[in-house]
Amino acid sequence: MNEFIGFIKKEFYHIFRDVRTMLILFVMPIAQILIFGYVVTNDIKDIQIAILDKSKDNTTKEITNKILSSGYFILNKNLSSDKEIEEIFKKGDVKEVIIFEPNFDRKFEKEKTANIQIIADASDANTANLITNYTSAIIYDYLKKSNKNVQVPVQIVPKVRMVFNESLKTVYMFVPGTMALILMLISAMMTSISIAREKELGTMEVLLVSPLKPIQIIIGKVIPYIAISFTNAITIILLAYFVFGLPVNGSIVLLLAETILFILLALSLGILISTIAKSQQVAMFISMFALMLPTMLLSGFIYPIENMPEVLQWLCHIMPPKYFITIIKNIMIKGTGFMFVWKETLILTLMTLLFIILSIKKFKIRLE
Amino acid sequence: MRTIIYLIQKEFIQVFRNKTMLPLIFIMPIVMLLILVYATTFEMKHINLLLIDKDMSQTSRELISKFEGSPFYNVKYCSCSVKEAEDELTKDKCDIFINIPYGFEKKLVKENTSDIQLQINAINAMTAGLINAYSISIIADFNKKIITEWKNPPKGLKNKSINITNSYWFNPELNYKIYMVPGILVILVTIIGMFLTALNIVREKEMGTIEQINVTPIKKHHFIIGKLLPFWIIAMFELAFGLLIGKLLFHIPIIGSLFTLFTFAGLYLIVALGIGLFLSTIANTQQQVMFLTFFFMLVFILMSGLFTSVESMPEWAQKVNYINPYYYFIKVIRMILLKGSSFADILKEIYAMLIYATIIISLAIWRYRKTV
Repeated sequence: MNEFIGFIKKEFYHIFRDVRTMLILFVMPIAQILIFGYVVTNDIKDIQIAILDKSKDNTTKEITNKILSSGYFILNKNLSSDKEIEEIFKKGDVKEVIIFEPNFDRKFEKEKTANIQIIADASDANTANLITNYTSAIIYDYLKKSNKNVQVPVQIVPKVRMVFNESLKTVYMFVPGTMALILMLISAMMTSISIAREKELGTMEVLLVSPLKPIQIIIGKVIPYIAISFTNAITIILLAYFVFGLPVNGSIVLLLAETILFILLALSLGILISTIAKSQQVAMFISMFALMLPTMLLSGFIYPIENMPEVLQWLCHIMPPKYFITIIKNIMIKGTGFMFVWKETLILTLMTLLFIILSIKKFKIRLE
Repeated sequence: MRTIIYLIQKEFIQVFRNKTMLPLIFIMPIVMLLILVYATTFEMKHINLLLIDKDMSQTSRELISKFEGSPFYNVKYCSCSVKEAEDELTKDKCDIFINIPYGFEKKLVKENTSDIQLQINAINAMTAGLINAYSISIIADFNKKIITEWKNPPKGLKNKSINITNSYWFNPELNYKIYMVPGILVILVTIIGMFLTALNIVREKEMGTIEQINVTPIKKHHFIIGKLLPFWIIAMFELAFGLLIGKLLFHIPIIGSLFTLFTFAGLYLIVALGIGLFLSTIANTQQQVMFLTFFFMLVFILMSGLFTSVESMPEWAQKVNYINPYYYFIKVIRMILLKGSSFADILKEIYAMLIYATIIISLAIWRYRKTV
């Protein structure tokens, strides 16, 4: 037992001695949550547009003012001919050009109908779609006001409620995702690399001939990472609460228990990788491509799984983070209890067992 | 010159000898490109819509058929209460439910206006925003239709109207993939280039072989060039290969000149690899360098405008992007491929890259010490 404690101490020294890595380990989750919370949004704001006003009368000016004062758009340039449109799009800053037809005002008053053309730079399809919708909405709003004294139009009024996240904050989706990402990163990646490192430097041999049992070596290796991961998980939860006001609606005990389960899973995955990888580089590339990118993109964290092609959906289902993110969303945001997440919990437990069994089978006491 | 050639030869031999890394370097990025492009889509094709039609009138049915006709929705019916529908939402069985209340049509006829309730699962704010936009636009279309069908306004009092036509340039079908492919390609090429360079030198440090190089008459700049060039070539090759796959599989348009693109890419890769080099001079172990690179990469990728547009970021974040190499290349590759921008259009970015490259390479040379 003494040797074992000594070994754990050695592992802690290893990690804490390396100040740079330590710093990154603790700063990373904070930086990530802040970036996600403040930077990564799909809000339409200050989009640069150009206007080609072939009429230049009061109505077009009014509409232009209304569009520019909405806060969504800022004017980059007033164009004077059709030729300039392509040019300005190629420069890359302007995302939308609004064209008023000649004699707009006269047509609008006399013939009661006038034309506006909106051209969007659709190389970014989603933004193009959103900004044309926004622009149309502003124009229709203007139209409604100028029709006010004519008659009340018949209309169905949709009353929209955004459930679980009334003000559409992006933090709500990023907190669970970041937790999964950070835990994966620290537990799986760090473990796999640190074991591969011992192999590469030849110190694994030293450990293997020591009186420590292989199982003790492995446990000793992972204990520090459990501690770090857990600290990080708590940092994220606290940060989400105090900075972004994201509450933990469900049971905090259940949340932490599930977090530990996921940490164990990530660790067992890390050990499995390290039994396969011979060098740190290989361990890193496997963790990078097989863990990080899928955690970000195949877990339903940012991109909804239902939109993906079927093959990818299958792939998503074998990605552990997917289940963890579902669990976190349920407990933290929806405030549901264990009854809603038992299935996911069971899957995670089974996966953990599977990884552990595989690693034990693959673990070699002898070096080739 | 001969020294450099030998150094490069050595690096290539090392790369090609490593049978585990080789497939990781060349096959992984391609696999990732295939997976990620399909994965990163906001094309909402399967919005699970739960409909509660308590009114069962002709109007409500017509409105519902609008939703059924849209390719975006999977419509399910439910004769349940709002409470039960909320439960379904909690269980993720649906993304949105619409409740058409009892007496909907009657109220519409009588008072000219009538409400329906939409509840959207908004944990993912981005998709919720899109679902909302789609649903509202369907209802707005329907509104327009009933205005024209129901009311024949008295002559002379005709409502004024504005016809808005939307045209989507450069991508009329609003295909999201052709926007993502170039961006993801940039990320993959950079990951490969930056990591390989950074890890390579630290590995020499860790193994102690760097000392052997240090005692040879190889000069500082020989060493730096000898380390950069092989990975620069690999990264350029990978970019070309990725473009080919993008062209064949995803039919990304290549409107601008490839020469412009590769010139800029070459410049960009000097910066990217230079950063890797610089980080490797700071770090002592592979673990350290990996975490350093990883940290910067994550921050840079998230801010690069790959997933969300840079314009909607706060002011300070846009300022931070001035030192974000990804930001420049993602912007430029999209401009060249999708819009056919020429050298003149990307001058600003070229200057930025030139300055960046000079600074980062000087830093790396300054930090790299031949003495231990």
